[in-house]
Amino acid sequence: MSTMLNDPRLITTESGSGGVLGGLRRRLANADLGTLPIILGLVVIWAIFQMANANFLSPVNLTNLLLQNVSMGTMSVGIILVLLLGDIDLSVGAVSGLSAAVMAVLNVKSGMPGPLAVLAGLGVGLAIGVLQGVWITKLRVPPFIVTLAGFLGWQGALLFVLGGTGTVNLRDKFIVGLTSTFWLPPVGWIVGGLFIVIYGGVALWGRQQRLAAGLSAPSRQVIAVQLVLVAAGILGVIAVLNADRGLPAALVLFIGLIIVFDLLTRRTAFGRHVYAVGGNAEAARRASIPVDRIRIAVFALCSTLAAAGGILGGSRLLAVNQSSGSGDLLLNAIAAAVIGGTSLFGGRGSVWAALLGVLVIGSISNGMDLLALESPIKYMITGLVLLLAVTLDALTRRRRQAVGR
Amino acid sequence: MADNIRTPVLELRGISKRFGAVQALTDVDFEVYKGEVVGLVGDNGAGKSTLVKCISGINTIDGGEIRFEGRPVHIGGPKDSAALGIETVYQDLALCDNLDVVGNLFLGREQRTTLIPGVVQPLNEVAMEKRAIEVLRSLSVSIPNVRTPIAALSGGQRQSVAVARSVMWNSKVVMLDEPTAALGVAQTHQVLQLIRTLREKGLAVIVISHNLEDVFAVVDRICVLRLGRRAGTFDVRGTSREQVVGAITGAEFGGADAPGMVAGG
Repeated sequence: MSTMLNDPRLITTESGSGGVLGGLRRRLANADLGTLPIILGLVVIWAIFQMANANFLSPVNLTNLLLQNVSMGTMSVGIILVLLLGDIDLSVGAVSGLSAAVMAVLNVKSGMPGPLAVLAGLGVGLAIGVLQGVWITKLRVPPFIVTLAGFLGWQGALLFVLGGTGTVNLRDKFIVGLTSTFWLPPVGWIVGGLFIVIYGGVALWGRQQRLAAGLSAPSRQVIAVQLVLVAAGILGVIAVLNADRGLPAALVLFIGLIIVFDLLTRRTAFGRHVYAVGGNAEAARRASIPVDRIRIAVFALCSTLAAAGGILGGSRLLAVNQSSGSGDLLLNAIAAAVIGGTSLFGGRGSVWAALLGVLVIGSISNGMDLLALESPIKYMITGLVLLLAVTLDALTRRRRQAVGR
Repeated sequence: MADNIRTPVLELRGISKRFGAVQALTDVDFEVYKGEVVGLVGDNGAGKSTLVKCISGINTIDGGEIRFEGRPVHIGGPKDSAALGIETVYQDLALCDNLDVVGNLFLGREQRTTLIPGVVQPLNEVAMEKRAIEVLRSLSVSIPNVRTPIAALSGGQRQSVAVARSVMWNSKVVMLDEPTAALGVAQTHQVLQLIRTLREKGLAVIVISHNLEDVFAVVDRICVLRLGRRAGTFDVRGTSREQVVGAITGAEFGGADAPGMVAGG
């Protein structure tokens, strides 16, 4: 395509290793930094806490940091899907609590086997999502209101389901094992290695397909550089995890969810339509995209993911109680999505934002716990970080508009 | 014009449309031939938009007949007109700013490959990108990278993408609503050139515009609507701007006796 017209203002992906540097320089000039500011921010946060407490970057604490946030991260994936539509779901916290409670009561009080109880909990989330989605699209009530009502209503349902006892302790091997299973070091290396091989294979296969069709494709050097970076990251994480208890099953579950939903949003017609509805719902409608069905499906996915997050949270806590899914969980899950770079106005963002955002929020919370800071200070600092992250995003976006993007 | 002896692709006879107390269209005749560009002009409220909506199926006609390639047809909704091969590019273009050019060209008609039948059918990005490049090249539209999001394109390029999307699915009639209204000089030129390319490819093009300069630059025939009636049809060759303005406003120096007039309404 580069033969057709060369306008330096427009972003082109050149092949060749010079393209990487050139592209980076242009992106810097256009303030289109993508995830770079978040990663830099994370490095700064980690450096600060490491200086304050030498245990922060220890394998034990990093493993705990990840496990603590798998639940919130799973909910954040659902929030991102809803934000891509330009909608909001305020009910995820309450839905997570209610689903976990249903699972716990069925398992502990009714003796339902763990896996079935987990499926039932997920089913509760799915049903709630469909109900809210239908309510929003067919009755045309704003999502903010419907999910705000859900936020209150499902909280009530949680108390109702738990009944007089208030707390249900979990002992089921399967349910508890979701967040307490660690795989031995060789398994970690094998999983990491497989991931790298698949990543490299897909990249090379994609390049082959594009070249065969006569399209521009990244050079082998570019793919090699990306592969080395990805491999270094994965192997580094595996090494840290293996230095503690090994690769946690919950982390594999979380990353697996992110990969599945990343593929769903970027590589399927459904995902394309989600972005289209978020970008211009009227245009999507005129292109005969079933806008209502897309929105119902997304709200259903969001609530199901919230249920999954609640179940993981219960598994980690070894109990479901009256405060499950309440407190700052909802706001943190939304904050993580936004910090990760998802636009509140729809159509922009990626599921991977859940991982980055959750790492930022989780690191701050974990680090302040290590320093034994008081709750008031923790809340204020978390709020400040959210404000800074979104402000940075707003500023770069304005800059981007100023340079015509 | 040699085309006139053939059957029009789209022919409207005695079209009437009423909204409550307002008679928006009265006994309007309109036709467009293959490989012809017709300008549809008229003052605000003259019935241009209503006529376009009747053709695209957003409004249904109260009286009269629509013929497509000689056959009488019923257009009861946008799907009917799309099935006939009639596409409309509205002024707001209906593009998704956040999607790239390929995504917009294929919006709602994505090509997929099948990994697991019925379950895993990812987008076939390679095939779509290849076809997008071919379509844009065949229309001589220059967009350096079809992976650029629409938000990063100029107004003329956006208009070109919207037009390309309307013609890439075997359409026969394309209606463009104010295609140059928001564009600068160079970009207007670009879009007018694209309209000429459509004519060369044998499409029937209807251009709705207020800008007589652009209309004269690109169309073969001008159809003037005034107060819901056809006030005249002019061949652009041998017609002056004053005559068309006269027909639009109903002033005496234009009108039915104008020398350049053909097949009056």
